[in-house]
Amino acid sequence: MAPSQPDARGHFGQFGGRFVPEALMAALEQLENEYVAASKDPEFQKELTNLLQTYSGRPTPITDAKNFAQHCGGARILLKREDLNHTGSHKINNVLGQALLTKRMGKKRIIAETGAGQHGVASATAAALLGLECVVYMGEEDTKRQALNVARMQMLGATVVPVTTGSRTLKDAVNEAMRDWVANVDETHYLLGTVAGPHPFPMMVRDFHRIIGVESREQVLALTGKLPTAIAACIGGGSNAIGIFHPFIDDVEVQLVGFEAGGDGVETGRHAACISGGLTGVFQGSRSYLMQDAEGQTIESHSISAGLDYPGVGPEHAYLNELGRAQYRAITDREAMDAFLLFCQTEGIIPAIESAHALAGVIKLGKELGKDAVILVNLSGRGDKDVATAAEWFKETGQMK
Amino acid sequence: MTSALHAAFGKAKSENRAALIAYIPAGFPTVGKGIEIIEAIIAGGADIVEVGWPYSDPLMDGPTIQKAAEMALENGASAKDVIATVGKVKAAGAVPLVMSYWNPIERYGVERFSQELAAAGGVGVITPDLTPEEGVDWIAATDKFDVQRIFLVAPSSKDVRLEVVANASTGFIYAASLMGVTGTRESVSSHAETLVARTRKVSKLPIAVGLGVSTPMQANDIAQYADGVIVGSAFVKAVLEAVDHAAALAAVKKLAQELKQGCVK
Repeated sequence: MAPSQPDARGHFGQFGGRFVPEALMAALEQLENEYVAASKDPEFQKELTNLLQTYSGRPTPITDAKNFAQHCGGARILLKREDLNHTGSHKINNVLGQALLTKRMGKKRIIAETGAGQHGVASATAAALLGLECVVYMGEEDTKRQALNVARMQMLGATVVPVTTGSRTLKDAVNEAMRDWVANVDETHYLLGTVAGPHPFPMMVRDFHRIIGVESREQVLALTGKLPTAIAACIGGGSNAIGIFHPFIDDVEVQLVGFEAGGDGVETGRHAACISGGLTGVFQGSRSYLMQDAEGQTIESHSISAGLDYPGVGPEHAYLNELGRAQYRAITDREAMDAFLLFCQTEGIIPAIESAHALAGVIKLGKELGKDAVILVNLSGRGDKDVATAAEWFKETGQMK
Repeated sequence: MTSALHAAFGKAKSENRAALIAYIPAGFPTVGKGIEIIEAIIAGGADIVEVGWPYSDPLMDGPTIQKAAEMALENGASAKDVIATVGKVKAAGAVPLVMSYWNPIERYGVERFSQELAAAGGVGVITPDLTPEEGVDWIAATDKFDVQRIFLVAPSSKDVRLEVVANASTGFIYAASLMGVTGTRESVSSHAETLVARTRKVSKLPIAVGLGVSTPMQANDIAQYADGVIVGSAFVKAVLEAVDHAAALAAVKKLAQELKQGCVK
């Protein structure tokens, strides 16, 4: 199988495409052309690589999580440490790429949406570094859940706009960012933070995150002499997952497993697991799976993780699911939080609650695959931002005093 | 046979004016009251009514229409109500269209919607987030059931895209007057006239201008170069600001009358 690439109009099979107001078509074409040119331009690549290495700290290491592995059926668990990036998550990979592209297009202002605040912080960081104006749209609900990240963005010089429409979470922040973009498109780049939205975003954002998988492939081969048995990652929009999956798509013996946010459980309807519990449709610029009712109205998602609390998912994941090349499963809030605590106490690493969904998945996957398995898991972010949410949860469950 | 839509543009032209096209979401503020509001707008002189299909994520709409859509959905507005409202527009003597974001139509079923809309007397559909390139199934279904397609052009559209949109449209072409979302504005952007002139070079279809149009003076500006004047947020605002339903009915009727007077060439 060839690595999955979209067709000329950005379709991954029946998914993807461009479902946007005509007013944005010119900007999307410009973005696509600039991106394609930049990806072939050695100067651009050199500048991006330099920033990734000297500013963000790439390559990120692989950690052999021997203690945590005891709880995963004895399988060998290798962590790809995206949490060690500058700003605390994988999000910076894409942000640095798009911020450089913004300058290349001669634009001076970036706008971004954020859920957990990780993409917003990364965007504010890149804007500060490269001298761009930055406005971040964030659901009002999320500004409360992630107050620490709001303060970080403000300190970095960004304007944070709380979004008070709809469910006041990530999807509404995307709507507001789109509205801003259509009105200010001449001088503004919409620095979309995940592999969703209209073409070329799913392809471009994936390409900026492919470095996660490219590095991992070399590192795992060097460490173990073979490819991993399986790769696990959490899925909201799906950027960290596609980044680590994509360089392994041709390696058909490597299982790819994405863990969606199951909230209270997919059967309760209160979740954010679009592939496990959604239907195909068009949402925020592309066709994919989404959480919707019988009338095509978006259903509000639910997850303890602000970063996964999104009723859509990137079109390439929908395609990989349809092909059967990747599997998608749901992890409940409880399972994620149990894994969060276990991981803190066995490895001395506080993971992002998003990443804890992948860790909970790995506990199950390890038991299924057995002790000969090597599972590579994308530890997409660190959990400093989640300490208050987690403390509240563990007090309620009695797991912490 | 000329469609009712083209007949309405033809009639307006013969009266030396632009057609007045009103937008109002179905089920706003409730299904029953919403129908009365539309009837008042038609009594005030609207030639064509775009019945909006309320959607949870209206990313092309400003705060006024967002609020209306939210109220309509909270009050249970459904696809069935959209189609029923279309029937009422026809009964009240105006040409009914539907304006909808794409996902509700796709979920309802593209063929099913086209067929049921046509059966209810609906003449055409405006699809603001569907570009012709993604509309292959839509084009087939609307051709089959003789539903007119209205796609949009924007000031940023390059000539090659104007042609794509013109070739795929059958009803009229919706020219977005500005780069932005719906909502009332102080003045109509100068981009509108240029856009209409550019679009005329690639299409013989009527062209109507919308986005930001709310006053008779703005309508009059547009009537000098376009075939239709589209007003949405101003009607919604009149309803939201009215003290009660009776006042809302009076306000929208008066606004329609004033706008209609503005539509003269």
